[in-house]
Amino acid sequence: MTSTTAAHAADLVAALLFILSLAGLSQHRTSRAGVVYGIAGMALALVATIVVASRSISAGAVALIVLAMAGGGAIGLWRARRVEMTQMPELIAVLHSFVGLAAVLIGWNSYLEVEAHGSGPAHIAAELVRIHHAEVFIGIFIGAVTFTGSIVAFLKLSARIASRPLVLPGKNALNVGALLAFAALTVWFTVSPNLGLMIAVTVLALALGWHLVASIGGGDMPVVVSMLNSYSGWAAAAAGFLLNNNLLIVTGALVGSSGAYLSYIMCKAMNRSFLSVIAGGFGIEAPSGAAEEEGEHREIRAQEAAQLLTEARSVVITPGYGMAVAQAQHPVAELTRRLRERGVEVRFGVHPVAGRLPGHMNVLLAEAKVPYDIVLEMDEINDDLAGTSVVLVIGANDTVNPAAAEDPASPIAGMPVLRVWEAEQVIVFKRSMASGYAGVQNPLFFRENSSMLFGDAKESVEGILRALDADGPRTPAPAARQATTAGR
Amino acid sequence: MSADDSTHHPPQRLGVVTESAPGETRVAATPSTVRGLLALGYEVVVESGAGSASGFTDAAYTEVGATIGEAWSADVVLKVNAPSTGEIARLSDGATLVGLLSPAQRPDLLEALSERPLTALALDAVPRISRAQSMDVLSSMANIAGYRAVIEAAHVFGRFFTGQVTAAGKVPPAKVLVAGAGVAGLAAIGAASSLGAIVRATDPRPEVADQVKSLGGEYLPVNVAQEASTDGYAKATSADYDRAAAALYHEQAKDVDIVVTTALIPGRPAPRLLTAADVAAMKPGSVVVDMAAAQGGNVEGTVAGRTVVTENGVTIIGYTDLASRLPAQASQLFGTNLANLVKLLTPGKDGRLVIDFEDVVQRAVTVVRSGETTWPPPPVAVSAAPAAQPAVAPAAPAPAKPGLSTAARSGLIGAGLLAMFLLVAFAPAQLAENFTVFTLAVVIGYYVIGKVHHALHTPLMSVTNAISGIVVIGSLLQIGHESVLVTVLSAVAILLTSVNIFGGFAVTRRMLNMFSKG
Repeated sequence: MTSTTAAHAADLVAALLFILSLAGLSQHRTSRAGVVYGIAGMALALVATIVVASRSISAGAVALIVLAMAGGGAIGLWRARRVEMTQMPELIAVLHSFVGLAAVLIGWNSYLEVEAHGSGPAHIAAELVRIHHAEVFIGIFIGAVTFTGSIVAFLKLSARIASRPLVLPGKNALNVGALLAFAALTVWFTVSPNLGLMIAVTVLALALGWHLVASIGGGDMPVVVSMLNSYSGWAAAAAGFLLNNNLLIVTGALVGSSGAYLSYIMCKAMNRSFLSVIAGGFGIEAPSGAAEEEGEHREIRAQEAAQLLTEARSVVITPGYGMAVAQAQHPVAELTRRLRERGVEVRFGVHPVAGRLPGHMNVLLAEAKVPYDIVLEMDEINDDLAGTSVVLVIGANDTVNPAAAEDPASPIAGMPVLRVWEAEQVIVFKRSMASGYAGVQNPLFFRENSSMLFGDAKESVEGILRALDADGPRTPAPAARQATTAGR
Repeated sequence: MSADDSTHHPPQRLGVVTESAPGETRVAATPSTVRGLLALGYEVVVESGAGSASGFTDAAYTEVGATIGEAWSADVVLKVNAPSTGEIARLSDGATLVGLLSPAQRPDLLEALSERPLTALALDAVPRISRAQSMDVLSSMANIAGYRAVIEAAHVFGRFFTGQVTAAGKVPPAKVLVAGAGVAGLAAIGAASSLGAIVRATDPRPEVADQVKSLGGEYLPVNVAQEASTDGYAKATSADYDRAAAALYHEQAKDVDIVVTTALIPGRPAPRLLTAADVAAMKPGSVVVDMAAAQGGNVEGTVAGRTVVTENGVTIIGYTDLASRLPAQASQLFGTNLANLVKLLTPGKDGRLVIDFEDVVQRAVTVVRSGETTWPPPPVAVSAAPAAQPAVAPAAPAPAKPGLSTAARSGLIGAGLLAMFLLVAFAPAQLAENFTVFTLAVVIGYYVIGKVHHALHTPLMSVTNAISGIVVIGSLLQIGHESVLVTVLSAVAILLTSVNIFGGFAVTRRMLNMFSKG
């Protein structure tokens, strides 16, 4: 066994550990072990690579590696400890941008090492030089798109820039044009590599990444973030091709397909194609006749809502991005605890695109100590909604819109939604009667069994909690009806 | 009210009077609804003892801010039942009377009211539109009556409603048939099924089937074509339908223990649903509650206001005051409906009643205005019973794009596989090897990620964030080899990706530690 073969073997083991890590995340029970596998794989890969690299470089460079890793590690651990769970989408977007930027830097370094020295230095076989040129270009392109795309996503998610879609004239033509220009530049570069083309492709990709995400609205962010997750994986895989490193290729492919799969789930949950999401938000489409549906809505006060809840047999809470914005997850969790103490069955129904990140609501609720086994997915809870006494819609709108199921003319027709309107009572927590992200009026608000609780979601839920306090503790609800009923 | 719109009028007085009808236990306002009326700017005068039959003392009214005194002379008199001739005489000129006035059945009453310069608002004339639902007294009273009908039946019925297995043997559940699934019928279905009975329901409107089911009942359709209701009330039925229904009722009468009939057609005598023969076919000890007794009864042999026992031991309850038998609840709902109407009529919240004839609801309830009969109102086309229940249609959205046919799918897969084959076959050895690894890793990734629990999608993303920090390897292999520039760029890349690796794993662990099982 030489140190080179040992390094190759370490790569394989690390790749397997990464697969085990992702597999571990399939269940709550094994998820913590999954992270341990991931850390082990990463440690193994790093040690093996540093050992191999340290034999051919100076001690100064090794010190620089250690310094850079220590610095980055410290920053990473600090941010990981401090980040608010509501800010997870921003953190994830920033981390994506780092991978993208690193891929760009690796591409440039590779260019400086190989192409800048004239055609074909010794360690690249002559037949592979052209392929190397193309790999440099592809790596930089994917990396740069990921980088600026993630930066824009971060800015939008942290509300540093407006989240509404940027609409440039002929924006689809711009995107397609950029792709064609990239193809042309790649061909040109494989024929005659030069610095000008390198700069051109970097700028082009940076601009494309920026434009791509800038023209997507806030509500489509779950798709964008998982798309960027995918891109960061492909960027790593491209770096692997460039450096002929299998571990990079395998890991990049795993991450890339993971992000792609999540994007697919998100798109399916909105009944939209990936391309239509990328091509722009709902806002572009002219509002159809459905938007004119108006009617009388009924208002309800926190006190009356508390009354309804204490009298309910079962309650389902459907949270949306509004809950995260209002930071209402803690009072919601408290409400859940109180109601469960009183013998009311409380569950959560989470739409796949609720929030700004796949699984965002689950994390927020977990942070507030809501047991995960009462947090159900749309498909798990939809059939139970008809037998539910009260549904609380907190900060969700389009994901509970009956028009999606009933009005074929609606812009969101066919989108799978939580059928909350089938419950006996629906209480909608909302700031005003404004329409949701898709700009579609929600007929739910005018249903006879729904009432609106206007105001900040957090304050409204706290108002309900106060009303429950005033009501005083109640003896637990009588046990379930005699289960021995024959013939039913 | 008068057209005088001087702004300096004192607030009007609302009078809550004692009901005089025999057996009436309700009152038109409870202490809690009085609070709402006071908030609209009115003064409220309650006749002494008005609420005592419902359990509300005079003190309870004064506590919330009402005064006890002569209520008949108030500007607006709130009442449950129609006033007697003597009571009309006690109203002051220009006063407004609000109550259940049955304008369609009592032309004599309208005439008596219009002989004086009075305004009369009939709460039972509120149109059945969504907006007016909060004032719909008929619905809220029917709801109470439906519940009470089941309680009355349970009181007389000599058995459990729910089935049980006890040490003393098995008890079968009672079988209840509810005829008519309107508001009263649905309330009866809900009450009976929550007592544990097996509940069946009939109604000429097939669109109510889902509502029946949602309350735990079984809908028995009468298999004859019947047009959908357009005004929210049941219509008279066709002869074919009646024949099929009669057969159904006869069949059911032999089987069930309790029958609750609620069938009413506005302005017509109640339809006959159960004949004497049907009742005779019922088991001894069975109970029939005829909620239409006041309108002639759905059951042959019903005596309005009385309980009769047939020769074969079936009890027929014909009470006409079912809602009044739950006085506190009935007064509360009645009072709330009435307060909602007053709220609509007090747009300025300034204690002054204003009637706007442009508004459909206000026009409909006003049966006498300043001594002039305004009944019936012009027909209103706004009626929304079927439209209000579109949820009945199964939610079956068509997918946006049809799936590919099997042939097209196999074709695509074949083309893809061929493209892969050609790519690897013609690529240089090293690229071919890389590509093979890449393709297999993508496939593995797809299957592994497909199993991830939806709640763990965010941890999944942060862990893949950490793992994609593996690109650090690229920079580790480049650093220190070539120019200073390469080394600097590599160091930057190492720094950034280290943030990813450490931050990604740390935040994932933090998140996973939050998830706890209940």
